[in-house]
Amino acid sequence: MNKEELKVRIEELFPSSVFEEGTEWTTVVIDPAGWEGFARGLRGAEGLELDYLFCVTAIDWKTHFTMVYHLTSTVCRHTVVVKVKLDHDRPVIRTVSDIWRTAEFHEREAFDLFGVVFTDHPDLRRLFMTDEWKGWPLRKDYEDPVNMIKL
Amino acid sequence: MDVSTQNMDNKPFPGEVHPTAGGGILVTKLDEVINWARSNSLWPLVFGTSCCAIEMMSTAGAKYDWSRFGFEVARATPRQADVIIIAGTIVNKMAPVLKRLYDQMADPKYVIAMGACATSGGPFFYNTYSVVKGADHVIPVDVYVAGCPPRPEALLHALMTLQEKIRRGAS
Amino acid sequence: MIEEVGTTEQGDLVINVGPQHPSTHGVLHLVITLNGETIKKVEPHLGYIHRSIEKMCESLSYRQFIYVTSRMDYLSSHINNHGCALCVEKGMQIEVPARASVIRVLMDELTRLASHQLWWGAMAMDVGALTPFFHAFREREAINDIMEETCGARLTMNYMVPGGVMADIHPDFQKRVKEFIRFFRTKIDEYDELVTGNIIFKSRMEGVGYLSPESAVSYGCTGPTARGSGVSCDIRKLYPYEVYGQLNFEEVTVSGGDCFARYKVRMQEMRQSISIIEQLIDNIPEGEFLAKTKAVLKLPKGEFYSRVETARGEFGVYIISEGGTTPYRIKFRSPGFSNLSALDLMARGHKIGDLVAIMGTLDLVIPDIDR
Repeated sequence: MNKEELKVRIEELFPSSVFEEGTEWTTVVIDPAGWEGFARGLRGAEGLELDYLFCVTAIDWKTHFTMVYHLTSTVCRHTVVVKVKLDHDRPVIRTVSDIWRTAEFHEREAFDLFGVVFTDHPDLRRLFMTDEWKGWPLRKDYEDPVNMIKL
Repeated sequence: MDVSTQNMDNKPFPGEVHPTAGGGILVTKLDEVINWARSNSLWPLVFGTSCCAIEMMSTAGAKYDWSRFGFEVARATPRQADVIIIAGTIVNKMAPVLKRLYDQMADPKYVIAMGACATSGGPFFYNTYSVVKGADHVIPVDVYVAGCPPRPEALLHALMTLQEKIRRGAS
Repeated sequence: MIEEVGTTEQGDLVINVGPQHPSTHGVLHLVITLNGETIKKVEPHLGYIHRSIEKMCESLSYRQFIYVTSRMDYLSSHINNHGCALCVEKGMQIEVPARASVIRVLMDELTRLASHQLWWGAMAMDVGALTPFFHAFREREAINDIMEETCGARLTMNYMVPGGVMADIHPDFQKRVKEFIRFFRTKIDEYDELVTGNIIFKSRMEGVGYLSPESAVSYGCTGPTARGSGVSCDIRKLYPYEVYGQLNFEEVTVSGGDCFARYKVRMQEMRQSISIIEQLIDNIPEGEFLAKTKAVLKLPKGEFYSRVETARGEFGVYIISEGGTTPYRIKFRSPGFSNLSALDLMARGHKIGDLVAIMGTLDLVIPDIDR
């Protein structure tokens, strides 16, 4: 399916979707509340079958967080990008590691570096930093005068 | 043998000198033989964290063979190794591991810091929160090698420099 | 290095493998739960080479950050740089001249050959055969010499820039590459004779570490790991970039799912790389090797994603830019990260020796995983 057909199909399934214009792939922006139903729909719906999650990114926009999920289908060969806006003080979102198993590690990384909490994750703990590390390193307001030498 | 001729700069030795019992000649000659033997059979520990490890493996390969110098037997366990070649970046999580490996090695032991990362943090010096800026913050280093990664010939030069250092008597 | 030995209620043994271990290909710390000698669970602990590259790149300019990716997956350093350059070019709409395009693909395929050679040598060493290690490094030195003549370095060649390549190829490049291909064609048959047909090797690899195609897709595996289970995912075929669309080569998939299938995929990929190099080496077009760009690059506001096929799988570069001279956020989608998450699934029920064989066929480079 190309970009237009995907937009039509996604709107059929989830009438309240908001689309971003001017991007390379079909981009949908949704709220964290409906994330689980949306994800299951993307995975299972006929014609979409987005079974391959290849990139999970967290972005700190200083006023809010955005989680970006890049999905593609090995069957139909199309790509969809989903963006979820999260609150800056309490970034909480439901995990998708039971739908796409690769998300388990990716979500641990987002938790470790940004502090985004994934509910229902089987094993949410720090991945790269030591368990005693304080702070979320990749946030824009992270200060570490001991370790970081600024240019 | 007079102590002042042993001294490399041939300056008069400051302070008082008490001659050792039994004469200095036998012990120093024995020391020289022991140091020569030690320098020609240093066994490195298999320790490579990142890219420099590949150049270390190339040095172990057939073209830039390091077993000509006696380094052939690369031991996986620190108990049987003499020299640890820190090939790669050391990060905060890895530093206690490195310290423990160094402590487990038996004396006399030597350390070569290979590459820019192990010398001073290298390309990861600015704006990183997790890199130890130089392996000498963790363990004492004998020889530093520059390069990112250093050529195998540079590593061989470092090994030869270490051999010189051992033969001169610093252990 | 065995750090702690503990037991659980059922009498299982929990031991550490690594971080300093000859077969973990870097600093990977695995905590394995054993029942006797059979593995019940493998848990990778990462972070022993986490160099905060993504944070560092937020303060580097668009020309500077490309070279840090050389140090991530250092065995496919050209291909990583290529991916970054493609992303910047996509953002700034720069057109790469034909000569630069062909040179980039040639360098990529030579790098893929070098990476697979080292994989073959290290894999055989892990399984117990020491000789192939020296054979592999002898061939790798030939490729390193060719690279050094043109690019100036042997391992971290900072050669790709947004717009093309940094310098023109050396006048002897074509002659040396043709000589190397002639030499290597005989050697790859020797590799098969030495290792592939060996009965001990086969009995260690066949039936070990099964990964089904559905699991491979669900765990996000790419590259030879997924192609060894029959999943077709070669970026050079699905989303062609540079001149790959005009070349005649096959995507190698073997439906077996075990270690031997992944091994066969990489051996066949080496032959495909040789055929790609042969198609291109005599047809390098004349012209410029670098497009004219401004001195200071500024990507427009927006986000850009580009992907390339490294020796390990799909490498993605995702740049989010706010219009300045440095990126706002960069995310590197590394192939090893997803390939490693399938290790637990593949290793259950096997012995520790099989775990080493499985890790060898996954071809992990830990700095690529930790970034």
